[in-house]
Order: sequence, then structure tokens, then C-alpha cells
Amino acid sequence: MGDWMTVTDPGLSSESKYISQYTSETKMSPSSLYSQQVLCSSIPLSKNVHSFFSAFCTEENIEQSISYLDQELTTFGFPSLYEESKGKETKRELNIVAVLNCMNELLVLQRKNLLAQENVETQNLKLGSDMDHLQNCYAKLKEQLETSRREMIGLQERDRQLQCKNRNLHQLLKNEKDEVQKLQNIIASRATQYNHDMKRKEREYNKLKERLHQLVMNKKDKKIAMEVLNYVGRADGKRGSWRTGKTEARNEDEMYKILLNDYEYRQKQILMENAELKKVLQQMKKEMISLLSPQKQKPRERADDSTGTVISDIEEDAGELSRESTWDLSCETVREQLTNSIRKQWRILKSHVEKLDNQVSKVHLEGFNDEDVISRQDHEQETEKLELEIQQCKEMIKTQQQLLQQQLATAGDDDTTSLLRDCYLLEEKERLKEEWSLFKEQKKNFEKERRSFTEAAIRLGLERKAFEEERASWLKQQFLNMTTFDHQNSENVKLFSAFSGSSDWDNPTVHSRPRQKKPHGAPSGSPVCTSKLTKSLPASPSTSDFCQTRSCVSEYSSISVLNTAPEESKPNQVGRECTNQKWSVASRPDSQEGCCSGCSSTHADAHIEKDDLP
Amino acid sequence: MSFLFSHHRSMSIYEASLHLQNFKPASCVQYRLVVRDANTLQICQLYTCLDQIQHIEWSADSLFILCALYKRGLVQVWSLEQPEWHCKIDEGSAGLVASCWSPDGRHILNTTEFHLRITVWSLCTKSVSYIKYPKACQQGITFTRDGRYLALAERRDCKDYVSILVCSDWQLLRHFDTDTQDLAGIEWAPNGCVLAAWDSCLEYKILLYSLDGRLLSTFCAYEWSLGIKSVAWSPSSQFLAVGSYDGKVRILNHVTWKMITEFGHPATINNPKIVVYKEAEKSPPLVLGRLAFPPPRAAAGPLSSTESEWRQRSHWDGHQALQCRLARRSSGNTASQGRAQGQALCAAAKFPPSPVFHEVASVPVSLQTLKPAADRANPRIGIGALAFSPDNCFLATRSDSVPTAVWIWDIQKLRLLAVLEQLSAVRCFQWDPRQARLAICTGGGKVYLWSPAGCVSVQVPGEGDFQVLSVCWHPSGDSLALLSKDHFCLCFLETEQGVGTAFGQRGDHT
Repeated sequence: MGDWMTVTDPGLSSESKYISQYTSETKMSPSSLYSQQVLCSSIPLSKNVHSFFSAFCTEENIEQSISYLDQELTTFGFPSLYEESKGKETKRELNIVAVLNCMNELLVLQRKNLLAQENVETQNLKLGSDMDHLQNCYAKLKEQLETSRREMIGLQERDRQLQCKNRNLHQLLKNEKDEVQKLQNIIASRATQYNHDMKRKEREYNKLKERLHQLVMNKKDKKIAMEVLNYVGRADGKRGSWRTGKTEARNEDEMYKILLNDYEYRQKQILMENAELKKVLQQMKKEMISLLSPQKQKPRERADDSTGTVISDIEEDAGELSRESTWDLSCETVREQLTNSIRKQWRILKSHVEKLDNQVSKVHLEGFNDEDVISRQDHEQETEKLELEIQQCKEMIKTQQQLLQQQLATAGDDDTTSLLRDCYLLEEKERLKEEWSLFKEQKKNFEKERRSFTEAAIRLGLERKAFEEERASWLKQQFLNMTTFDHQNSENVKLFSAFSGSSDWDNPTVHSRPRQKKPHGAPSGSPVCTSKLTKSLPASPSTSDFCQTRSCVSEYSSISVLNTAPEESKPNQVGRECTNQKWSVASRPDSQEGCCSGCSSTHADAHIEKDDLP
Repeated sequence: MSFLFSHHRSMSIYEASLHLQNFKPASCVQYRLVVRDANTLQICQLYTCLDQIQHIEWSADSLFILCALYKRGLVQVWSLEQPEWHCKIDEGSAGLVASCWSPDGRHILNTTEFHLRITVWSLCTKSVSYIKYPKACQQGITFTRDGRYLALAERRDCKDYVSILVCSDWQLLRHFDTDTQDLAGIEWAPNGCVLAAWDSCLEYKILLYSLDGRLLSTFCAYEWSLGIKSVAWSPSSQFLAVGSYDGKVRILNHVTWKMITEFGHPATINNPKIVVYKEAEKSPPLVLGRLAFPPPRAAAGPLSSTESEWRQRSHWDGHQALQCRLARRSSGNTASQGRAQGQALCAAAKFPPSPVFHEVASVPVSLQTLKPAADRANPRIGIGALAFSPDNCFLATRSDSVPTAVWIWDIQKLRLLAVLEQLSAVRCFQWDPRQARLAICTGGGKVYLWSPAGCVSVQVPGEGDFQVLSVCWHPSGDSLALLSKDHFCLCFLETEQGVGTAFGQRGDHT
């Protein structure tokens, strides 16, 4: 039915509506085949509904039609059209009310049906379009499927071809390999053949040679001779010696002497190279120890009992170093020990450096939630504010300038107005000028302020950086101490167990302990010195310093003072030394008369110290 | 630096043998032997041999000269101190193919035809020694630097042997067989303690023997391909450079005798650190008239600071001798003869090297390569020549497939330092015996000098084209003999305190 509905064109739809109406109606009474037939036949005959109904009921068959209708209606569940019969024999009468009710009900039903039908039709339409769409989709997908299938087939074909090719190539490769093998075999066989032939030829050749030799050499060939005016002396002036067994032995001796000399020379070279390498190694080790020891100091102080082994180990190394003789010994044990210790140190250094790297990256990551940062933000805010102010001022100035120009322009445009305004203008000009200068001054002030602020910001940034660096180094040290300590501890136990048997090693360590402590102390003290120097650096007036030192030197005229004094102020050392030299030359005659170096030096020291710390 | 040329035009020579001590170039013209002073080119001695001289050689103490007349199987020896002294050695029917001095300068080693034997003739006594079974190969005889020992390649019963003889009394010291298919050459290390022996080109194999005959090491870089082409010891005996047919130089060390490095010779140079000197197509023409005046500064460049003038020197007189010598020429070379008779002059030219001759090419540079004919014997591939500088710092090589280029390697850094690309194929190169200075000739009219500071080239003055086929340094490094087919000339490298500066300036430019 759906199909049929979709086929109908709009011109027919109105008619079809009727038809459907009737069909639906007739369907209500499907049992009457007759009426159906009539209905079917009547459509083409006449479109008049009325005539059709009249055909159904005529004057003659009212009764039959009523009864028929009644029957029909009762079968459909409507109340009977006839009145309730009071008596059986009495003829039943048509109940008008019931007929009307039935009619009404039928009409209502009809309307309902029509509505439902409409709904169904719209739905049908919808479904039809949906169907259409789906069919389209389906067709499209089918097409796609087809194309992809085709593609797949193509790809499969290509794959197959490639595989085929590959197989061919493999075959070719195999063939080539076989060929190569064959050729190699051929080469080898040719080579053997060639060698064989060569040998045969050579043998023949040798035979011929032998024969020739016999022929040419053996018979007394008068021609083979040397004519010499007189024999000359040997180049070395010696006479030729007879060949004896002795000479042979001598030759052997000489040969071995030469060889020995060569080997000795080479050994010497190797020794030299070795010594140099050892020196480098020693240097490296020393540097490593000096690099690693200051960091080990702190844990030592912190936890004396646990780090005892570490320290003694370091000191042992140091003691080992101090004994130069061990370096010259290149026996197995020393070498092994040395390599072990170097390796150990190297490991420590490596882990140290790695830790440092980690630390640095951490510092970089974490470094932004500090107090300094807040202050810096403040600064930035401040500078921003200032800049804003400056901007505002500039704008103000600009507007004023514009206004002024406008005024001037208008004045220039209109002569009469200018004339009228002249008196005011002069005054105004004066005033404006004043204002202008004031503004300028203000601007200058602002600029100055801004500059100072930026400078302050820069300085703060620098300080912050320095602080961060200090902090990082401190952190590094801390970390390092912890790590190296751990590392050392574990290794030390091992080492000690290895060395515990030999008591020889303990002695130098004991001796070297006090010695070793001094260098430990020095680096820890040095930062203080340097910091002092850096502080005094910008403040110290160098030129006046020179003069004063010079004057003091001239006063006491002692060279020794100068040599000791400049240590306090290194930055000026070079310059001072220059002056020193000059002065030493100049003051030499004076120095003879009285050189009470002791007191003079103290004086000079006092002077210089004063100079350095103003 | 200026180059002073002593020209020996109109004189035909076979060979100029420059001697170690007093550097007297001896040259032979047909059967005359002329000995000249190295500085003035004045004739010191003149000897007449019995036949055409084919080979001349100075004795180690430069007291004697050996002239070999291979065709007649004769060797004639002349004394420089006593012109009347003479010696003639006749090899008779055995024939003669090679003749050389022993290091003491009192013995002559003659190789007979077919390498039947080597005869050792003494000039001091009547004694004659014979060495049998010498091998006919590329380099079968080698003396140690100190002249004490002689190593000789031998072939007996299809096996290679090496004999080590004591030169003082020609006694056999060691005799051992070498594990080679066909020994091609032997060479002593400069310290005289190690002998390198290498196989023929069919197999890459180099063997190192101690003086006492022990095998120290064997080295083989690859198999199945053409092998070693050239071998050179460094002056310190520390390195052994082996050039092979695969176009590579391999350097062995003297401690483990293993390879330190491998120098390939690629046809394109991409590394911008490598200086490539390319000979420019056009060189400033040397016109006599123009050079009479000092050349303009701009044209002459930084090197024109040295004196630049031509002067004719005729204080040595070869006129008559030359004329008569030329008159006796047997084979007709009439053109040069006529010219010689017309103007038998020896000119000395002093002039600066042409500065704009070499240009420094920018990388990448692709060098001209020859396509070797694979079906021919002795293909033009591989490292044909290599030489260490006297200070051990540099190695110069020539790859036969790139015949126009000389490669200079830095031995201290073990890398390529410079490449000199000439217009024509490099014939010969030789290091200055005193310093790191390389002289190169290409068979053209120019000599090229390279030093670490830069590169210069000099046109050999003269009207006719002088084709420099070979160069030979004076032992002092002050002068250089240039040999062409029938001329030779001496090039004096005057070092007026400016060698360093001149080269230095050049170096700055490069």
C-alpha cells in the first residue's frame, strides 16, 4: 500500500482521498460483497455520491435496506435501529433516535478515521522519504563498497606483483651470489693454476739460468775483469780483514748491539712518556683530592664518628701522594692501587657533577618562589606605575602642545581675531612658556626617577643572582657532602678491609694528618678574603692608593715591605709592582743607610690597610 | 724568497745526479761526463767514457763517480780528486743491467743480465764477491741508513728469501725465507732495525722483520684485490705508510705494527678546513722586457717585496765545451743543436715567484679523476707515490686515479691538510731535506713549492719551454735541480730572511 501511495501524483490525491474514504468505509462492512462490487463499479460510472446512495435505497426497498443496515450495524456493535419489540408478533419499528445516534457515532468514527488516516499518511510519507534517503545511502555505500573492493583488488594485485618482483629479485640476488661464488672459485682456481704455471716456468727458468751460469761463468772468461790504475784506500782508513769465524761472531755481536741500542732507546722513550703520563695522573689526582676534600669537611664536623673512615682514606691518599717514591715504583700493586683510587675518585667526581647538574636544574625550576622574586615583582609594578605616569604626562604634554598649536593656527588664520586677541596672546604666551618649562622640568624629573628605578632594579637583580648562586653552591655542597659521604663510606669499608693487613700504610697516614689539615683550612678561609676584596674593590681609590703606598715606601725606603704589603690588595698588585720596581731602583742608595725592616714593614702594613678600608 | 735559476740551456743530459756532500751536479752527454760546481755551474771535471753513459752515480763520500754503460756491460769509475785515476769493470758476456755503489763508496755492486748474480767489486782490494740468486723485483736491494747492512731479496726454488749481509766484509748475517707469494720489495727503516718486505700487487701483504731475522708482524688490509703499490718509512722510523691499489694510505705504528689510521683519497673534498690550491688556468706571462723593471706592487702581490730583477750572468763559461759536445752528438736533434750553436749561453734569472698562480678553491671541490681501464695490466689507480717530510710532520701522496693532485696529510693530527690540484699530471715530488717544503713538477714549465704556510709556483725562465720532468733537492735545501729531457737547470731558493715572511704572508691570504 505504501508503494501505491508514493506513486500517486498530487492531481489524483483528492480523488484518492475519496476513494480511500470509501474503501475505508466499505471496509467497515466487508461482508457485503455486493456493495463493494457496486462501489467499484460505481466509481467510474458516476462521481456523484448522492446518486450512489440513492441507488442503494429506493422507495421499494426501504424496509430491506433498513433491516440490512440494522443487521450490519448490530454486527458492528451498534444498538439496533429498531425499537425494542414489546411483543413478538408486533412489527418492529424504526427507532429514529437510535438511527440518529448511530449516524452521529458513525460520523464521529468517520472523522476519527479520517484523522488517523491522515496521520498514517503523513507518517507514511515521512517513512517513504526516510526510506528514500536510506536507499540513497545504501546505494552510495554500495558504490563505496564496490570501489573499495576494486581498490583492494588493485592493491592485492600490486602486492602480488611486488611479491613476484621481490621473489625475482631474490632469485637474481641468489644467482648473483652464486655467480660471485663461482667467480671466486674461478679466481681461486686460476690463481692456483697461475701459481702452478709460474712455478713450472720459474723452475724452467731457473734451470736455464743455472745452465747459463755454468756456460758463462764457469769457463774462464777473460773479459770479466777490473782494470784499476791503483787500488784506493778504504773509506775508514783501515785495512780489510780476513774472513774468519771471529769476524762472524763480531758481526753478530754488532748486530745485537745495534738491536739492543734501538730497544734501549725505545724503552727510554717509553719510560719518558710513562713518566709524563704519571705526572699528569698525579696532577689529576691531586686536583681531584683538592676538589673533593673541602666538601668532605662539613660532614666530618657534623658526624665525626661515622666519617672517620672517609677522612682517613683521603688522608691516606694524600699520604700516598706525598711519597713520591711510590710513583717511581711501577710494580703491579702500586699500579693497581693507583688505578683503583683514581677510578674511585673519578666515580665520586662524576656522581658529584651529576648531582650538581640535577641541583642546578632544580634550582632553576624552583627558584621563582622566593622572597626576592616578590620584591622584584614589586619593582616591576613600581616601574610599571612610573611608566604609566610618564605616559600620562606625555599625553598631557601632547594635548597641550596640540592645543597650543591649534591656538596658534587659528591665530595665524584670522588676522582680525589675532589682532583682537593680541593682548591676551602675549600674556598667554608667557604663561604657556612658563608652563612649558615647568612641564619640561617635570618630565626630566620623571625621567631621572625612572632611570634610577631601573638602575635599582638591575642592581637588585644582580644581587639576587649572586644570592641565588651562593644558595645553589651552598645547596650543592650540602648535597654533595651527603652523597659523597655515603659513597665514600661504603667504599671505604671495603678498602679498609683490603688494607687492614698491611700495617705499612697506617704510618704515613698518621704522619700526614696534621699536614693535611692545613690545606683543608685554607680554602675555607679564602672565600672570606675574596669577599672582602670584592667589597673593597669598588670603594678603593686606586690612584690615591698608589700615591700613598709610594709615599710610605719612600719614607721608610724598604723593599721588603713592598714585597709583603701588596698581598693585601691584589687588584692593584700589578700596578704596584711596577711602581715597586721603579722605587726599588730609585731607593736603593737610601736603603743602605737604614733598613730597619721590621718596624717599617709594620708601618707600611698599617698604612695600606687603612687605604684599603676607607 | 726569490728563485735564482741557473740555466743550462742547450745541453743535453741523461741524468743529473746531485750529490750528498758537495752537491756537484754531474751530467752526462752521450759518453762525456761533466761535473760542475753547484753554485756557479762551472765545470770542475770532464771525463770521457768508452760508450754512451746510461747511468751515473756518486759514491757516498763524493770522491768517485760511477758511469754504467749497460750496452757494453761496462762500468767506469772516475775520481774527482785524481782526474788521472780510472777504473774499468767489465762484466763480459754475463752482461749488466744494474750498477750501484755500496754505502762505503769503495765497492760496486753489479747485477748481471737475467739476475744471475750480483758481483761486488772492491776498489781497495782485488777481492770480488758474488751473490747468487738475486731476485728481479721492484726494489730488491736496500742498504741501511748507516751503511752497515745490506738486505737483498732472493728467489730460490720458487720461494722468496731475504739475505742480510754485513757491508764491511760482505758476510752473510742472516738468511730467512719470507712468507710471500712473490716478493716485490724490501726497505729498511731509517733506524736500520726493521725491514719491511711486501708482496707483489696481487696480494696485500706486508711483513716486518727485525734485523736478526725475526718476523715482527704481518699486516694484511684486505684480500682478493690488487694490493700494495708504494711504501714509505717516516724519517723517525715511527710510521710506515703503505699505499695500495684501493686508493688508500694506511699508516702502521712501530710499537704494535698495527694500523693507526687510513687515509682515503676521495675525489670530492667537502671539509672546509682542508685548503685546496688549484692551479689557475692563466698565469702572468713572463716577458723579459717587462721584468726588466720591478713589477708593479699590485701585480706582484706580497711576494714582490723581494728583489725582482733579471740579470744575465756569464761568469761561467760552458760555451766551447758545449759546442764540441753537441757536435759529437750521434742522434739527430738538429733543432736543439742549431739553437745551441747559435746561442750557447747560460743565463741566470732571478725573479719572484708568480703570486697569482694558485688560487684557493672553496669547498666542496671535485678533483679530476681518471677512469682506469680495468682490462689493462698496471691500471692507473692506487697510491703511486708517497713521501714523508723530513720533520715527520707531513706526508705527501699522489693517487694515480687523480693524477693532477698532490695530497698533503698532517701526521700530527692524522688528517688531510691540503690538496694541490695542478693543471697537468704530477710527475714527481720531493721534500726539501731540511724542512717541510715540497717541490712538485708536472712536466710543464713550472716548479711548484708547498710549505705549511702556503703555495707558490715558479715559471722556469727561458725562451723555449723547459719541461720539468723531475726535481732534485740540494742536500742543504738551498737549491733545486730541475731536469727536463735534455736540459737541466738549477733553481736557487734565496732565503733573504724573507722566506718566513713571504710564505707567512701567503699563508695569511690563504
